[in-house]
Amino acid sequence: MTHHIIAVRTYLIIYFALIAFLFATVGASFLPSTAPHLLIAMTIATIKAVLIILFFMHVYYSNRLTWIVAVASLLWLTLLLAFTLADYFSRGWLDIPGK
Amino acid sequence: MSVPAVVVEDPPEDYLQEHTLKSWLLTTDHKRVGILYMISVTVFFFVGGAAATLMRLELMTPRGDVLATPDAYNRLFTMHGVIMIFFFLIPAIPAVLGNFLLPLMIGARDLAFPKLNLMSWYVYIIGGMIGIWIMVFGGVDTGWTFYTPFSTMFSNTMVVTAAVAVFITGFSSILTGLNFVVTVHTMRAPGMTWFRLPLFVWSHYATSLIMILGTPVLAISVVLIALERIFGVGIFDPALGGDPILFQHLFWFYSHPAVYIMVLPGFAVVSEIIPCFARRPIFGYKFIAFSSVAIAIFSFLVWGHHMFVSGQSMYAGMIFSILSFLVAIPSAIKVFNWTATLYKGSIRLDTPMLYALGFIGLFTMGGLTGLMLASLAIDVHVHDTYFIVAHFHYIMVGGTVMAYLGGVHFWWPKISGRMYPEFWGKLSAMLVFVGFNLTFFPQFLLGYLGMPRRYFEYRPEFQVLNVMSTAGASILAIGYVMPLVYMLLSLRKPPNAGPNPWGATGLEWQVESPPPVHNFHDPVVVTCDPYMYSPEEAERDYAHDQHVRNA
Amino acid sequence: MHTTSTSATLDDDQPLLMSHFDDLEQQHDASNLGMWFFLATEVMFFSGMLAAYAIYRSLSPEAFHLGSRHMHLWLGFANTLVLLTSSLTMALGVRASQLGRRNQVVWYLLATAVLGIAFLGVKAVEYTKEINHHLFPGKHFVVPADDAEALMKVSATPEELHLNLGRFQMMFVLYFCLTAVHAFHMIVGIVIVLIMAELMRRKWFSGHGTTQIEVLGLYWHFVDVVWVFLYPLLYLID
Repeated sequence: MTHHIIAVRTYLIIYFALIAFLFATVGASFLPSTAPHLLIAMTIATIKAVLIILFFMHVYYSNRLTWIVAVASLLWLTLLLAFTLADYFSRGWLDIPGK
Repeated sequence: MSVPAVVVEDPPEDYLQEHTLKSWLLTTDHKRVGILYMISVTVFFFVGGAAATLMRLELMTPRGDVLATPDAYNRLFTMHGVIMIFFFLIPAIPAVLGNFLLPLMIGARDLAFPKLNLMSWYVYIIGGMIGIWIMVFGGVDTGWTFYTPFSTMFSNTMVVTAAVAVFITGFSSILTGLNFVVTVHTMRAPGMTWFRLPLFVWSHYATSLIMILGTPVLAISVVLIALERIFGVGIFDPALGGDPILFQHLFWFYSHPAVYIMVLPGFAVVSEIIPCFARRPIFGYKFIAFSSVAIAIFSFLVWGHHMFVSGQSMYAGMIFSILSFLVAIPSAIKVFNWTATLYKGSIRLDTPMLYALGFIGLFTMGGLTGLMLASLAIDVHVHDTYFIVAHFHYIMVGGTVMAYLGGVHFWWPKISGRMYPEFWGKLSAMLVFVGFNLTFFPQFLLGYLGMPRRYFEYRPEFQVLNVMSTAGASILAIGYVMPLVYMLLSLRKPPNAGPNPWGATGLEWQVESPPPVHNFHDPVVVTCDPYMYSPEEAERDYAHDQHVRNA
Repeated sequence: MHTTSTSATLDDDQPLLMSHFDDLEQQHDASNLGMWFFLATEVMFFSGMLAAYAIYRSLSPEAFHLGSRHMHLWLGFANTLVLLTSSLTMALGVRASQLGRRNQVVWYLLATAVLGIAFLGVKAVEYTKEINHHLFPGKHFVVPADDAEALMKVSATPEELHLNLGRFQMMFVLYFCLTAVHAFHMIVGIVIVLIMAELMRRKWFSGHGTTQIEVLGLYWHFVDVVWVFLYPLLYLID
């Protein structure tokens, strides 16, 4: 079996990066209400998630298939959100009640 | 540090040798789990079939007379749908034939997670027991779709219990899918490259992807239904800011792909039967393989075509309509390739082939009417009529059930070691084909003329077509009972099939019938492509036989 | 004929090979891949609730904004910290098992479980506070007066106000659904972590249980990732 054993140092660096991002996201939530809150919050969350997935979950060192599974599951989540939201946003464009 | 592994002899006996109940209930052998599934889906098929029989009897006359109340009819069609879809069609081919054959076909000794495989059967049985319990103690009247707000606010039937049953059964499907995908990725024998896999495996791989990605969404939508019913918090209640159509989105995100969970394994079976009985290599192997995966992906992009008239935006409807047309492309690729395989083949019309040919015809009918329904304008006209009912029965019964029966006949010699009586087999295939068309073709006409589905009474002018349909259903019933009888009777004889009665290619035909416990005696190495059939050789053999007989 | 391991291979370094696998690498890959596909199903399980969240929030941003102000931001912050730390201990536990340090694995697993329980404890405190403030959806739900007033301001018609009040409750419905499902995953995770710790202590696994601990680690980190998204979505709408 070939495990890539990650150094403790790497784990600690990732951990402190995650903590830093946690502070960043809380800090960003106190920005004035004109700022694009959702965008900032989701970007930071995505970065945190990617760090966890790549290093804590070893995807960075894994074969291509693991990458595909990880990406595909998020893609499918996006599919559901995108198509459903598309319906809700385009309702009422036609000015016909109920369409 | 490596200690040399010790080599032990395989037990010589076949997998059916042990007879104790314990040896069956605690088995982790994929073949035995397949048999357990076979028995249970057969039971559910006949339970669901009994419900269908009662419905057809009720619909023989325009007045409600067989059943006491319209309410009873509502419960009946709901149970017919729930049982047939969740407890028969979805597990039928993957969990029975897939379980049995997938490891054999790729040269593995078992699925990757044998215990999980057994667990999936137990999970299925628990779900099924709850399903039966619902039937006995009250039933559900929402239709298998559980549409809100009826299911959450108005129905006084056992909706929560049904949600639990569906939730649990979903897990059995997830476990099966998970097992198949991992098995195909990690357990292929040396030399079994992706493009040497039988198409059966490709189709099951695509099916498993849908099971993995779709089923959890169904699970969460029935959980939300249950929460809404128990707490009344308004997730789907417009009075509290909810939207009932959101449920339809979530439900169909699974349930449209679920149609492909049902029919892709049908493609799997037909792709094995057609080349074997035409004695030709399959035409367009890669196209068929990739079209399975394409169908699995497209299937997630079209769910909104179930919601054209339920308040979805017109623009979303248009997009879903266009994407639905796209699904026709990979489906048609398959049909054309099977047909091209027949061309210049040396065709033998044995029972499995009759079923497979029936599948191609009926699936094409179902698919083409599906295109009609994908067009917005036609769908608005025939939505919720018998046209829809006929359409999806052409796919599910004409498609999946035909393929399942074809597959069971094709692999029965492998599974049981015995041949079934060919005459009765052919007769049953013909009866099913004729009975099916007589049952469901009139329903296209009924729907087109405007008879709505899910009512227990109808206008008198529809009676002739309804009587035809009921008559067809009785023929269909005979066609379905026959295989059950003659296959069970064939078990009384000693094994007589031999390893390869059809002269088929594929690893599963290289071992004796029934297969040994660990599938293969020697390590498997694959050196050639699948479907190495030769029509010329078949012709020569045939001519030789005739010559010998005449001499 | 096939190969199978016998008691001769039962030393600490070498995992047992199940009879249906060809070699250890195949066995390890199958388990890992199985967990990854299972996590894909988990993503889709959460997706339904996330879709509901996305839709209702985009339809009534103001109601969700007001609702999220009742979440305890700093309790959530503490919980995120706890969970990230538990992920670190889990990752170090996996590393220890890869190196074959059995005792370390047990301690890291115990630390992970303790942090997980701490998370649930904080969550329970939050739930209690919210329930005491009549913010649990259902019959006892009361829209706080100042929020009702604020919603009145942004609503043009009585119908819209009614809708917005409903959506205000919807925020809490989704908050409770999402966090409860997440907490359920935490509970399952903690139970398995504890069982694994005990089994490790008893030297139950062959080959230091590396495969088992790695797979458990994947699950634990996934639950962490879910929370990483839930925290800003539920607590930090400002």
